[in-house]
Amino acid sequence: MLTLTCPCCGVAAEETELHAGGEAHLKRFGPGSSDAEFEGYLFARKNPRGVHFERWRHAYGCGKWFLAARCTATLQVFATYSAQTPYPPAEVVAAIRAARPDWQPDWTETPTTPAESPNA
Amino acid sequence: MAEALARISQIDDLGMIQIRADLGRAGDAIAEAAGLALPGQGRVTTDGSRILGWMSPDELLLVLPRAEAAQALAALQDALSTEHALVLDVSDMRAAFRIQGDKALHVLMKLCPADLASMPQDGLRRTRAAQAACGIWREPGGYVLIGFRSVADYLRGLLQGAALPGSQLDPR
Amino acid sequence: MTQTGPFRLSSGGRLIDRAYPLPFRFDGRQLRGLRGDTLASALLANGQMLMGRSFKYHRPRGPIASGAEEPNALLGLGHGGRFEPNQRATTTPLVGGMATTSQNCWPSLTADVGAVNSWLYRFFPAGFYYKTFMWPRGFWKHVFEPVIRRSAGLGKAPTEADPDTYEQAYAHVDLVVVGGGIAGLTAALDAAKSGKSVWVLEQTPHFGGRTPTDHADGQARVDALIAELRAMPNVNLRRNTMATGLYDHGYLLAREALADHDPNAGIPRQRLWRIRAGHVVVASGALERPLSFAGNDVPGVMLASAVRDFIGDYGVAPGRRIVVVTNNDDAYRTALAALDAGLEVPVILDARSSAGGALPEAARARGIRVLTDAAIAGIKGGQSVEAVKLCAHSGSGEVTETIEADCVAMSGGWSPVVHLWSHCGGKLNWSDTQSMFAPDPNRPPTGADGKAMASCVGAASGDLLVADATGAAAESAIMPVWVMPTHATRKMKFKMFLDFQNDVKVSDVELAAQEGYHSVEHTKRYTTLGMATDQGKVSNINGLAVLSGALNQPIPATGTTTFRPPYTPLTLGTIAAEARGELFQPLRKTPMHGWHQAKGAYWEPVGHWRRPYCYPQGAESHAEAVAREIRAVRASVGTLDASTLGKIVVKGPDAGKFLDMMYTGMMSTLPVGKCRYGLICNENGFLIDDGVAARLSEDTWLVHTTTGGADRMHGHFEDWLQCEWWDWQVYTANVTEQWAQIAVVGPKARVLLERLGGMDLSAEALPFMGWAEGEIAGIPARVYRISFSGELSFEVAVPANRGLELWEKLHEAGADLNITPYGTEAMHIMRAEKGFIMIGDETDGTVIPQDLGMSWAISKKKEDYIGKRAQQRSHMTDPDRWKLVGLESLDGRMLPDGVYAVAEGVNGNGQRNVQGRVTSTYISPTLDKPIAMGLVRHGPERMGEVLEFPVAGQESYKARICDPVFYDKEGSRANG
Repeated sequence: MLTLTCPCCGVAAEETELHAGGEAHLKRFGPGSSDAEFEGYLFARKNPRGVHFERWRHAYGCGKWFLAARCTATLQVFATYSAQTPYPPAEVVAAIRAARPDWQPDWTETPTTPAESPNA
Repeated sequence: MAEALARISQIDDLGMIQIRADLGRAGDAIAEAAGLALPGQGRVTTDGSRILGWMSPDELLLVLPRAEAAQALAALQDALSTEHALVLDVSDMRAAFRIQGDKALHVLMKLCPADLASMPQDGLRRTRAAQAACGIWREPGGYVLIGFRSVADYLRGLLQGAALPGSQLDPR
Repeated sequence: MTQTGPFRLSSGGRLIDRAYPLPFRFDGRQLRGLRGDTLASALLANGQMLMGRSFKYHRPRGPIASGAEEPNALLGLGHGGRFEPNQRATTTPLVGGMATTSQNCWPSLTADVGAVNSWLYRFFPAGFYYKTFMWPRGFWKHVFEPVIRRSAGLGKAPTEADPDTYEQAYAHVDLVVVGGGIAGLTAALDAAKSGKSVWVLEQTPHFGGRTPTDHADGQARVDALIAELRAMPNVNLRRNTMATGLYDHGYLLAREALADHDPNAGIPRQRLWRIRAGHVVVASGALERPLSFAGNDVPGVMLASAVRDFIGDYGVAPGRRIVVVTNNDDAYRTALAALDAGLEVPVILDARSSAGGALPEAARARGIRVLTDAAIAGIKGGQSVEAVKLCAHSGSGEVTETIEADCVAMSGGWSPVVHLWSHCGGKLNWSDTQSMFAPDPNRPPTGADGKAMASCVGAASGDLLVADATGAAAESAIMPVWVMPTHATRKMKFKMFLDFQNDVKVSDVELAAQEGYHSVEHTKRYTTLGMATDQGKVSNINGLAVLSGALNQPIPATGTTTFRPPYTPLTLGTIAAEARGELFQPLRKTPMHGWHQAKGAYWEPVGHWRRPYCYPQGAESHAEAVAREIRAVRASVGTLDASTLGKIVVKGPDAGKFLDMMYTGMMSTLPVGKCRYGLICNENGFLIDDGVAARLSEDTWLVHTTTGGADRMHGHFEDWLQCEWWDWQVYTANVTEQWAQIAVVGPKARVLLERLGGMDLSAEALPFMGWAEGEIAGIPARVYRISFSGELSFEVAVPANRGLELWEKLHEAGADLNITPYGTEAMHIMRAEKGFIMIGDETDGTVIPQDLGMSWAISKKKEDYIGKRAQQRSHMTDPDRWKLVGLESLDGRMLPDGVYAVAEGVNGNGQRNVQGRVTSTYISPTLDKPIAMGLVRHGPERMGEVLEFPVAGQESYKARICDPVFYDKEGSRANG
């Protein structure tokens, strides 16, 4: 049973205090998107063995959503971080690389800061 | 019959005001209207009568004598009238319990997955008690636990069960 | 000291107190033991070696071990609700007055009819069940299954509720040491000196492990460590606490026995600790392995360590003439202990070709006959050992000599207890020199930080002597012995038991290998090796070594089966803990709950809430009560406790924009003071909730959700606000429980509320779908003019603490109006009479609003809302989707809920094609006939058509498609 530290309130919460929300950093496709784009958004999930990014809500706590980067095989937690970011920030990438030197990010877009939300 | 691990009593006369706002921007205004300093992350501030608790990065809970709730609500709404903020009287939606006694911590350790032994003296921890959400802070001689009013009977049953005489957690 | 049995030694027994005899019963026989005894030691002292029967062959069995690994001595304990099957006699402390019964035997332990199996055991080989019950197919149900069911299971399940209480507790500890032996205590002291919080968990009532028994100054060494640890405030020493499993991120479960010894103590019987450990030190020691020789299961054949434990710990002689058989030095300790206790050791049989270490020399010096390259060819005796047949270990079993004995102490070497290490991924190495699997410190189980979350010390790490702490002298090397003698005949292998409880023999494992079961996991399941309640603690290593031998491959190539928690069985009570009876689940109660209860409400669970389903009066049936409630509401006035409806405040400059995304309809254009019904879909387009939103002010809405949906919808809102539109300025608050809400419904609703006074509730001041704030009967209130019944209706929300007060005032003031409280069933029927949908009835997670004819609640103007894109997918716009219609039964019978309407033809599986199903169905008291709603292909275009609903065993139901609004189609009644 996992323990994750909520970056919003600083509490190290155990899994029973959290609510899992599936894969993180999905890009929403709404009306106007192609069938393929929408299908990918709705159904296509990575499910990797290894580094993965997930959404968690501190449900029995501050109520905030946050993101976790962890290894699905060893359950090592590389970082927990703000949900208000479209891509894992540089320090999260660095923490992963420190533990998994061979791992490569699979996104190419430039990370934006929270203030520059793509949906703004 | 041995004594219960702690005395469990329900507190009926508390008022509560929920405040949601940008604490960075509106913190001073809230502190002034509430009459208490702004608590840090996961902490409470208190003057012995009122408690201002940090609930989340944009939420505070003011706990105060019920008789003062209406006035405090108005003061806070007034202070935040120019802010994007939400101030609500939530005095009726919770049940509050006092857990008093040397082994009060043992009672909570049986119900909550949180590390309450390490909670700072002025800490506030939101967690669960068995299957119900709750918030916990210290007071002299013990703890206060708040949960939702609909599960007051459940929470009372849990606390009284956990306080069963002779069931302290000390090594035996 | 015959008072506690003929086999109690006159001295010794470090754990017993001879001043306190305790009476107990075994199979009805009155016996006496001593305080400090285990059930096994007390029975042995009384000469009761036979303690049970094996599972498959019902062979007579005595204890082979002295601890948690015991596979044979399993007893039923207690009576009634406190009866517990399969209690291990070797770990159960003796309690005065205890009642114990043997298991798996009939009519008695000594004359078991089922033991006929053992004469036939050549015909019950490995995989017997798989092979025998395959064919003929029809035999399974009527012949094989009933027979197997009758004989399945070891022990009997209790038939009454358990009267004991159990609890759980959480702890956060820097370092937890599992095992209170000398290695664990030493590790604890080292860690504690650095200031860490340290817990030591010891599964038995005593610290020290084997050291006090096996080493001359052992007790003193242990006592010194305990004294030092007890003085440290950061150390917590727990006895009777068994670590059952180690899980992800240092999550360690442990069961502490609090009142196993005293059911009348008035405290919880057991406690399950849920520990978050920074690091776990596994100091769980090692377990001795049996030797596989013919007859190794005869009562009286025991592990060498168990024999000296019974002598040294309990002052009990397992026998008077003890033959020791071994492949290592350690078993010589047993011979020496037996001599010290005044028992005879006629011979030590050492399988090795030489035995020259300090311990063998000491045995020889005491005059014990030591034979090398020696083995046991067989045991004479059935229910007890009478004599031992000797042979050369390197031979094929020719008997060289027969020696009278009543006990055999065997040792096949030791296996580190690696369960906790392995539970969460720690890996093992095979050691050829030590003949054992030991933890590989380079491949530990890892925690959240990617570093080792556990380490092993002492015997658990493979350091069997723990010489650093015990001062033990070096011993000579073990010789692996997996079958004794080396060239044993097939006939001998039929009597060499590996798994004692499940009766798995060397011959079974060899047969499995021969039949192609090469994987150890497959062999385990085929033969049931290691699947008994001891989970293979004494059998697994021997079994996989035999399998390796049969496959002619090295042991590491075979590997081990997976170690799974719990280490020893847990009671269901500790897992449930407080969650039973009243506290099984949090039961949510409204402010008026007590009133409903006093009025005899029949409850309906809705989520965790309890809502009155109806209020039966006198001898009324529920259906009659519901009908009465509906007639009263439609004729005059009724009240519904609507407090459970979700209430969420949504406020901010972007609140309107946000709600337009959450709802299919337009909420931003709702005028202040008005209400609007809305639908919420998920991104799949499916309808997930509905309710009425009220605009409280320019930037504030209060939205109602279904009873079960409040937390879910609040979470749904917060998800989108926090994770998608985090720059939108919106705050939400779930204020469901702040308000008591009472629906005052019926043609006399306004009259009644006006009697209480305080607000102008006229149609002009408060029109339909409007809301107003004010006071009712002096209580601050918000009144919403909304209707879910079709009647004139006011939903009155007041602060929760005053809900009961208002409810009572309404009933007082409405007495002459026949004011009637009504429950959820009346509410359901009235909404169905009006053709209103219910989330969970008309919807099932695959229904979109368009299916329900609710396009009117979907804004055409909005570019986007959650679910809009999905509702444009081809399957969602398919004209063949089933759509909502009313259904009129043709013969006056109520349609069964959920039945399907059949269509022409059959599908690929030969089943009738279907074209619709019933979603809601009731007898309408208002219309005095059955009404129903359903989803039907092209339904709205097929008004008047008759559908057939076949139901097994009954005449098919027939119903005509009609308008789903059965009552007051013009909607005039809601206007009062």
